Amino acid sequence: MTALRRHRLLSLAVLLAFLAVAAVLSVAIGSKSISPLSVLSALWNAGDSESDIIVNSLRVPRTGFGVLAGAALGVAGALMQGHTRNPLADPGLLGVTQGAGFTMVSAVFLLGVTDLRVYIWYGFAGALVASLAVFALGTMGRGGPTPVTLALAGAAVSALLHALTSGLVLLDQQALDVFRFWQSGSIAGRDPALLGEMLPFVLVGLVLAFFNAPGLNALSLGEDVARSLGQRVWLTRAVGVAAITLLTGAAVAACGALAFVGLAVPHAARFLSGPDHRWLLPYSAVLGGTLLLVADVLGRVVARPGELEVGITLALIGAPFFIALVRRRKPVRL
Amino acid sequence: MTLSKTSPPPVRRSSVRLARASFPVKARALAVPLAGLGVLVLLIALSLGRGDVPISVPEVVRTLFGAGDEGNYWVIMDLRMPRALTGALVGAALALAGAIMQTVARNPLASPDVLGVTSGASAAVVAVVVLSGSAYGGVSGLVAQAGVPAAALAGGLAGGFAVYALAWRRGLDGFRLVLVGIGVQAVLVNLKYWLLTLGDVNDAGRAMVWITGSLNGRGWEHVEPVGIALAVLIPLTLLGARTLGALQFGDDTARGLGVRVDRGRALLVLGAVLLAAVATASAGPVQFVALAAPQIALRLSGASQPPLIASAVTGAVLTLGADLIARTAFHAVELPVGVITAVLGAPYLIYLLIRQRRRA
Repeated sequence: MTALRRHRLLSLAVLLAFLAVAAVLSVAIGSKSISPLSVLSALWNAGDSESDIIVNSLRVPRTGFGVLAGAALGVAGALMQGHTRNPLADPGLLGVTQGAGFTMVSAVFLLGVTDLRVYIWYGFAGALVASLAVFALGTMGRGGPTPVTLALAGAAVSALLHALTSGLVLLDQQALDVFRFWQSGSIAGRDPALLGEMLPFVLVGLVLAFFNAPGLNALSLGEDVARSLGQRVWLTRAVGVAAITLLTGAAVAACGALAFVGLAVPHAARFLSGPDHRWLLPYSAVLGGTLLLVADVLGRVVARPGELEVGITLALIGAPFFIALVRRRKPVRL
Repeated sequence: MTLSKTSPPPVRRSSVRLARASFPVKARALAVPLAGLGVLVLLIALSLGRGDVPISVPEVVRTLFGAGDEGNYWVIMDLRMPRALTGALVGAALALAGAIMQTVARNPLASPDVLGVTSGASAAVVAVVVLSGSAYGGVSGLVAQAGVPAAALAGGLAGGFAVYALAWRRGLDGFRLVLVGIGVQAVLVNLKYWLLTLGDVNDAGRAMVWITGSLNGRGWEHVEPVGIALAVLIPLTLLGARTLGALQFGDDTARGLGVRVDRGRALLVLGAVLLAAVATASAGPVQFVALAAPQIALRLSGASQPPLIASAVTGAVLTLGADLIARTAFHAVELPVGVITAVLGAPYLIYLLIRQRRRA
C-alpha cells in the first residue's frame, strides 16, 4: 500500500511541477514579446514601463484566473460525476452554468447592465439559485437525492434556462453579443480585483470538496451500503452540491462557460489516480489548472497577433488529446 | 432501514405468439403510444387551423376531405400541413435516436448530442451562414434552399461517423462511446462558438435561430427526407429492440442470453446517427426532445428502459405542441420551436420525476 501511496504522491508532485511550468509560460509568453529578463525585472521591482504594466496588470492576473478557474472546474466536475455517477455530468449539470448565463443575459436585457463587473455578480447569484432549485427538486419526496433524479432534474432545469436564454438572446442583439463571448469562455481582460473577490468562494468550495471525498467514496458503493457504513447520505449530497455550486458558480461567472475542463479533466485524472476521490480531487484540481493555462498560452501563440479564446483552444487542442487517451487505455469507470 | 415484508403482487402478463416468436404485451405499454397518437392527431388538426387565417377544426376536416374552401385548402395543404408533418416527424426521429442512445449507453443523459450529430450539423451550418452570410445578403435564396440543409446533413453525418469510428475498438463499448462523444462534441461545439464570435453579430443572430431549431417555412421538400428516413429506419430499429432489451442487463449477461451484442449495438447506433442527422438537417437541432421524450415515455409507460414507439410518439407530440405555441402564442414574434420544447418538456419531466418519487 505504501508503494502505491508513494507512487501517487510522486505523480501529484510531477503534476504540480507541470502546473508551475505552465504558470511561468503564461507569465512569459504573450502577443507582445517581452524578454525573460524584462519579465523578471517587472515581477521583482515593478516600474511603469509598458512591459512592466503588461506583465503585472495583464499576465499575472490572467494566470491567476487560469489556475483558479481550472482547479475549481476540475474539482467541481469530479464531484459532479461522483455524485451523479454519470460520466456525462459536467459541473454545470446542476443548472449552475445555465443559471449564470440566464441571469447575466437578463441583466443585460432587462436592466440594461453593461459593466462586466456588475453582471458577473448577477451571474453568480443566478448560479446559486439554479443549483438550489435543482437540489430541492431532486430531493423532493422520500429517500433523499439519488444520482438519476439529480442528473435528470439538473438536465431539465438547465435545458429550461438555456431555452429562456436563447429566447432572450434572439430578441436582443446586445444580449447576444454578451452571451456569445461569455459562452465560449475566456480568462483574458478580467479585472484583477475580481480575482480577490473570486478567491474566497473557490477556497471555501475546495475545502468543502475535500471534506466531501470520503463520503463520496462510500456513496459510490451504493446508497444502502453507504448508509450502513454510517454515512448520512443527505448531508454528504448537500455538502457536495454546496461545493460544486461555489466552485462552478465563481469560475463560470468570472470566466464564462468553460464546460470542457470540468467534463474531461476528471476522466483524464482518473487514469492517473484511480477512482478514489481523496486522490482524484487534488489530481483534478492540478490537472484542471494546468490544462487551462496551457490552452490559454497556446491561444496566444497560434493566432498572432490576435488571440483565440481559451475555451476554444481548450476544446480544439484538449479534446483530440482526450480522445486519444480514451482510445488507448481502458477507461476507468466511475 | 425498512424492508417491506409483503410479497410483490403477482405479475399478470399476456403475450402474443407469432409462429416461433412471442412478445409480452403490457396494457400500459400499449395504451401510452395509442393515447399519444390520439393527442398527436388532435394537435395536427389544431395546428392546421391556427395561424393568421384561423380555420375551425370541423372546417379543417371538411377541407381535407375535399369539401371545403379553395383558399383554405391552399393554406392548409401548402403552408401548414408540411410544417406540422415536419415537426411531428422530426420530433419522432430525434426521440427515437435518443431512446436508442440512452439504452445503448445505459445513461439517461445520453442523446444524439453525444454522437456528435447535432453539434456537427450546427458547426457546419454556422460555418455556411457566417462565412457566406453577408456576401449573399443573408440566409435567403439559394443558400437557404439548398446550402443549409445540405451542410447540416453533411456536418451531422461527419460528426456522427467521427464519433463512431473513434469509439470503435473491436466492437462498440457504451462507456467509451460516451467518452469519445464528449471529446468530439467539445471540438465541434467550440468550433461553432468560435465561428459565432468570428462573424458579424447579424450573421450570428441568424445562425442562432437555426441552431436553436426552427420549423419556420418548412415545405413538402422537408417532409419527404424525414418521412422516408423514418419509414426505413423505424422498422429496422424495432428489429434491434431485442438487443436493446437484453443490453440493460450489461454486456456479459446479454451475451450469455445469446444476443450478438456488438453487432446489434453497432447497427442500433448507426440507426440513431442516421435518424438524428436527417432530423437535424430538416429542422435544426431541436433541443431537449431527444433527452426528454424517452424519459417521459419511460415514466408514463412504467417500463424499465425507454420504450421505442412510445418515445417516438412522445417526441412528435412534444415537438408539434411546442411549435404550435411558438407559432401562435406571441402574435408579433415567432419563436424557434427549440426554445419552447424545453419550456414545455422540462417542467413536465420534473413533475414526473417528483411524482414517481412520491410513489416509490
